This record gives sequence, structure tokens and C-alpha cells, in this order.
Amino acid sequence: MKPAPFAYHRPSTLDEAIATLAADPHAKVLAGGQSLVPLLSMRLAQPSALVDINGLAELAGIRVDDRGVRIGALARHADVLASAEVRRTQPLVSLALAHVAHATIRNRGTTVGSLVHADAAAEMPVVLTLLGGSVEVASVRGRRTIAAAELFLGPLESSLAPDEIAVSADFPALPAGAGVAFEEIARRHGDYALCGVAALADGETVKAGFVSVSDVPTVVDLSGVPAGERGAAALAELDPVGDIHATAAYRSQLVRVLTERVVGSAVRDAELRSREGAP
Amino acid sequence: MSEELHDVRLSVNGASYDVRVPGRRLLSDALRHDLGLTGTHVGCEHGVCGACTVLLDGAPVRACLMFAVSAQGQEITTVEGLARPDGTLSNVQQAFVECHGLQCGFCTPGFLTTITAGLRANPTPTHEECREMVAGNLCRCTGYQNIVRAVERAAELGLDTPSLVPREGSSTNEETP
Ligand SMILES: Cc1cc2nc3c(=O)[nH]c(=O)nc-3n(C[C@H](O)[C@H](O)[C@H](O)COP(=O)(O)OP(=O)(O)OC[C@H]3O[C@@H](n4cnc5c(N)ncnc54)[C@H](O)[C@@H]3O)c2cc1C
Ligand code: FES
Ligand code: FES
Repeated sequence: MKPAPFAYHRPSTLDEAIATLAADPHAKVLAGGQSLVPLLSMRLAQPSALVDINGLAELAGIRVDDRGVRIGALARHADVLASAEVRRTQPLVSLALAHVAHATIRNRGTTVGSLVHADAAAEMPVVLTLLGGSVEVASVRGRRTIAAAELFLGPLESSLAPDEIAVSADFPALPAGAGVAFEEIARRHGDYALCGVAALADGETVKAGFVSVSDVPTVVDLSGVPAGERGAAALAELDPVGDIHATAAYRSQLVRVLTERVVGSAVRDAELRSREGAP
Repeated sequence: MSEELHDVRLSVNGASYDVRVPGRRLLSDALRHDLGLTGTHVGCEHGVCGACTVLLDGAPVRACLMFAVSAQGQEITTVEGLARPDGTLSNVQQAFVECHGLQCGFCTPGFLTTITAGLRANPTPTHEECREMVAGNLCRCTGYQNIVRAVERAAELGLDTPSLVPREGSSTNEETP
């Protein structure tokens, strides 16, 4: 269980990093390594080179303003979770992050790395999709912004080109009077979810996003569906798969129960925030 | 093709070590094989068990999910660095002895480093928080009850983290493998 040989680069500026990445079509970016290093050790991936971005302090910041939360590619899950400003501006980010792995993994893993890794069992890709966020990427060809809807292509497949480095992710702020909720069922707190649900209630619009249910993060629009029927309505749009962790039938039951519960919480959260916000 | 080697200076438990390693050398292997610090244990080697947990600038991380080259310039604390400078046990270690927190002891180094950092972040944890603190570490002897009791006992004993300040009078070891 040791990685195959690779050339190791540790650039100290973003320009140097994108030039190094562009020079080798089989190179990969190393951020927190919490997903990449196991893949290397099990030899499921054998890149010719790694471009370690841990020296790029310019990517470590978290910026919060009225529009939302911008998370730099070197900000660790733990940094984002510890931020009171993030919690205030977009509480769904903090709610979901508390379920991402264990504290020790969060100390090293990055939130942007989790998005690029595009695991449908991960919490943050679903949150970005539900909120309509985006990721900004840089390469020798320039910069572009990828909307969440265009980011996740398939299992562990994002739409970044091999020479692109994600520099930040944008999670829009929670609008006044909107509410959110997140819950998941895992065998042990901190493990990957058997099923997780994120919900956003904003006026007439009610949406839910699902973790570990499909190959890519999936959001279902439940606007206008009455309480008590939301679980069934969500299930009609999804096709939960069975695996060694849970059968398809069990996962379907989790979708039914959790959707009802989490969407209900988001609606109550919206009511509470509207009351608080009222003059 | 011969593999490219990197000269790396690792700062561990207040001493510095110079090693020459390939980029793919895991930090856990560098500690054990290049530095001879075999207290850090390796169980799963993919981040799940926590046996290899060390402190990086005071925060617990998996040594099997980092490369030694990436650890340059940061302060590493291993289980060898947890005892007091006079060799007596730290309060977390003492609590493990008192509460029978270890059975075969394989998982113990990872628990000790994790709990040391956990209690520094939260010196007065509730029972639930004690459980949460060790939830990322696996003990194959299933000794969790006593380990959680040891966390509570260590919190009672109070915080002493001699490891996290460089030891007095520690000399700089210049070592090459
Ligand atoms: C035991 C364990 C349990 C875990 N449990 C969970 C969980 O419950 N939920 C969850 O969501 N995650 C979980 N994780 C994964 C963790 O959240 C990682 O932080 C995350 O998947 C990847 O972030 P990273 O910074 O470690 O990325 P890396 O491992 O460094 O990289 C992952 C992939 O993304 C690419 N990449 C990373 N950053 C960039 C960038 N800036 N630009 C371009 N490409 C980039 C890499 O090339 C690689 O392909 C777990 C991990 C472990 C080890
Ligand atoms: S050996 Fe590192 S977590 Fe198991
Ligand atoms: S004491 Fe035996 S593995 Fe934990």
C-alpha cells in the first residue's frame, strides 16, 4: 500500500503552479490529500507528478460579504467550520460541514478539494448545487467560473480540465427570510452518509439535495408539495441504488423519512428567520 | 529510471532531522523508518483507523495521508513527544493507565495524540464531546468505554501539554538515514 513514484513539485505562487500543471498532462493537484493519498496508496491513481498547492498561502483565505461566502482552495474544512461569519451568512455550509468526516480529517482536507473530487457521497457538492454556487478555476489559458450545475459530471468526475486549478468556491448568502436544514444517517457520526438531505426553503420555493443517493449530486424541487407528501415526491424523482452499505429499499426508506424531516425543519427555519427579520 | 530524492528537514518533538526521501515517502513511514520513531503506528494506511495520528503545528492529522516532503517547515509531535521533559507521563497518558484505556495498545498512540489536541481545544468536554473527540479512531480491542473514561479522567487532571512547547535544552539532531 505505497504510492507509485511521481515527481513532486511545490510551487510558491499560483502562476508557477498552473505553469507546472500545464507542463505535464498526467500531473495532479495535491491539496489536503485526504482523498488523493488513499487513491495513490492503493494504486488506483498513478499520476506522473503532483503539484502540491499547500505552499500557496494566497489561496488560504475565506471571504464573507453580503453576497455570500468565498472559500479559497487552501482553506481547510476546519477553518470554514470554525468561522462564525460563514455560519451567519450561509448556515447550510456550516451545518453540512459538521458531518464531513472527523475533526482530524477536517484539519487537513479542503472544502474546495472536496468539490473538485466530486464524490456524490460527500456533503459539500450537494450543498453547492442546492445553493446554486460556483467554483472559479485558473489555468495558463486564463480564468473561468463553473456553475455547480455544470461542475459534477459523474462519479468522482468534475468538469475541470486536467490543467486547471480550482482557486475558490462561492456559496451564495442565505436570502432574508429563507431557511435551511441538513441531516444525514451514517453508521457512525463522521462516516460517509448512507443517505443525507440538505434543504432550502425560500418563499414559495422549496428544494432538497441528496447525498449518497445518486451518482451525482441531485436536487429535487418540492415547491408546492404539502407536508406529509414530500418524501414520496422526492422518491419519485430519484432512483436510490443499493450497495454494501445499504440496500436500495433501505435507502429509499431513508430518503422518504429524511426528506420529510429535513424539509420540515427548513420551512420552520424560514418562518423563524422571517419573524426575526420582521420590523 | 532512478527516483528523484528530496532533502527534507523534519522538525519532530522539538528536534530537527535531515532526511533524503522520494516524494512518495509517507510521513508515517518517514517517522518510523527514516527517523526510528516507531511510536506512530500504521494500521489501515488510508485514513480510516487513526493509529498514525500525529500533531502538525498542534493539530491532529493522519501521518499516512501526508508526504514527508509536505511536512517541511511545520512542527510535528508524535506520541514520543507527549511525556513530560523528565520522562513522567502526561496527564492524558496517566489517565489511560488509571482507567485501563489500553488493551493491546496498538491504537493507543493515535488516541493519545488526538485526545491531547482535543482537550487543548476543549478542556471541559461533556460525555458526548468526549465520545465525539475519539470517534475518528478505531480500537480493534473495542476498548472504547475505558478510552472515553480516560478522556474524562484526563480532563479532570487538567491540561498539561509539554509536548507542544519545544523541550528545554533539546539539541538539534542532524541525522541522515
Ligand atoms: C477517513 C475519511 C473519511 C472521510 N469522510 C468524508 C465524509 O464523510 N464526507 C466528505 O465529504 N468527505 C469525507 N472525506 C474526504 C475529505 O472531505 C477530503 O477533504 C476531500 O474529499 C478532498 O479534499 P482534499 O483537500 O483532501 O483533496 P485531495 O485529496 O488533495 O484531492 C482530491 C482530488 O481533487 C483534486 N483537487 C484538490 N484540490 C484541487 C484544486 N484546488 N484544484 C484542482 N484539483 C484539485 C485532486 O487532484 C484530487 O483528484 C473523508 C476522508 C477520509 C480519509
Ligand atoms: S494508518 Fe493512518 S489512519 Fe490508519
Ligand atoms: S487497545 Fe488494542 S487496538 Fe486499541
